[in-house]
Amino acid sequence: MAWDRNQMAARAALELKDGMYVNLGIGIPTLVANYIPEGMTVTLQSENGMLGIGPFPTEDAVDPDLINAGKQTVTALPHTAYFDSATSFAMIRGGKIAMAILGAMEVAENGDLANWMIPGKLVKGMGGAMDLVAGVKRVIVVMDHASKHGESKVLKACTLPLTGKGVVNRIITNLGVLDVVPGGLKIVECAEGVTEAELRAATEATIVN
Amino acid sequence: MQKIYGSAAEALEGLLFDGMTIASGGFGLCGIPELLIAAIRDSGVKDLTVASNNAGVDGFGLGMLLNTRQVKKMISSYVGENAEFMRQYLSGELELEFNPQGTLAERMRAGGAGIPGFYTKTGVGTVIAEGKEHKDFNGETYILETGLVMDLSIVKAWKADTTGNAVFRKTARNFNPPAATCGKVCVLEVEEIVPAGSLDPDHIHLPGIYVHRLIQGQHEKRIEQRTTRKA
Repeated sequence: MAWDRNQMAARAALELKDGMYVNLGIGIPTLVANYIPEGMTVTLQSENGMLGIGPFPTEDAVDPDLINAGKQTVTALPHTAYFDSATSFAMIRGGKIAMAILGAMEVAENGDLANWMIPGKLVKGMGGAMDLVAGVKRVIVVMDHASKHGESKVLKACTLPLTGKGVVNRIITNLGVLDVVPGGLKIVECAEGVTEAELRAATEATIVN
Repeated sequence: MQKIYGSAAEALEGLLFDGMTIASGGFGLCGIPELLIAAIRDSGVKDLTVASNNAGVDGFGLGMLLNTRQVKKMISSYVGENAEFMRQYLSGELELEFNPQGTLAERMRAGGAGIPGFYTKTGVGTVIAEGKEHKDFNGETYILETGLVMDLSIVKAWKADTTGNAVFRKTARNFNPPAATCGKVCVLEVEEIVPAGSLDPDHIHLPGIYVHRLIQGQHEKRIEQRTTRKA
């Protein structure tokens, strides 16, 4: 037993606080928007130039001029604001965004993050990820604990080209929650049905508690 | 001075040459100058260096210029949606300079604002920082990035008045304002040209001083990821 994608997103949503401005990455992080608690105001930033992302449109409301950073059609909210890309990254780099929740290929015990390329195989680009991890106050990674081949993605050191050095604060995987602390990672909680021994065994990184 | 031209081809007349550098607005296929890109393809100009966040998709947007091998080098942050791009890059036919998205936007903004370089913490400790000057400010390390000044800017807005004062619509604004400012010459395409005086001066996103040539036309506005919910 472990958390599925939606349970991971629901767990990540517990990191949100009322009034926060947050950037959600592509994939599982996007699902976090579905779990914002009722009555809490969280404003989502899309780095292509929007604050206040609304739900996906109904078929008759699709607007090619209104997309999120994953290029999906979205809608606006009553408090939405639009701006250009330079302004968007000024607020990211300038530390105005409280939190970024991102996916990852690898995370290391020192907070290093790799999520933008696999040399010789996959060349997509970093998009806004390097700016986000450099500028946002708190960076949370949400990802599967292991690769498709069963190898730990929570490592002593990243093997892939880095997106940022020492930038990750908390890691949420299908097996549990870990914090980056001096000396390694600290187990915060285990996923439902996962024992601490199982979480330790599945983690290559040093666990300090 | 008359800024309005009859077509994209006319607006580009005398501006294109082999080996030139071009900055393009747009994010994915949203807000791209699709009419000007098509006219650049038809012109046959080649060995282009193009700064644009993305490279279009196969056969649309800047992808059209990749299919015709008119592009020598791209400066982009994300090219994941374009198989032909990947193929040309991995086979060494196409040069690619990855810039973090915010660094690319700021390089355009800075170039247009007369700022030749700026320090940013984006990319410190990654391959992006290799070979770049490092400098500490208040105990944190930053790298030096340069402003971009390009031969030509091609951008798209929603409406402009006859002097080029322009307004954008929703997230189609994206890279268009910074891209518009960093070209020695800027050509703007819009959905509608309106008389001077009909746009609120308080609501202008791009002042006409940045716009040298202007055209109006029909836009396909292709959608990359049509994502909907049930009514």
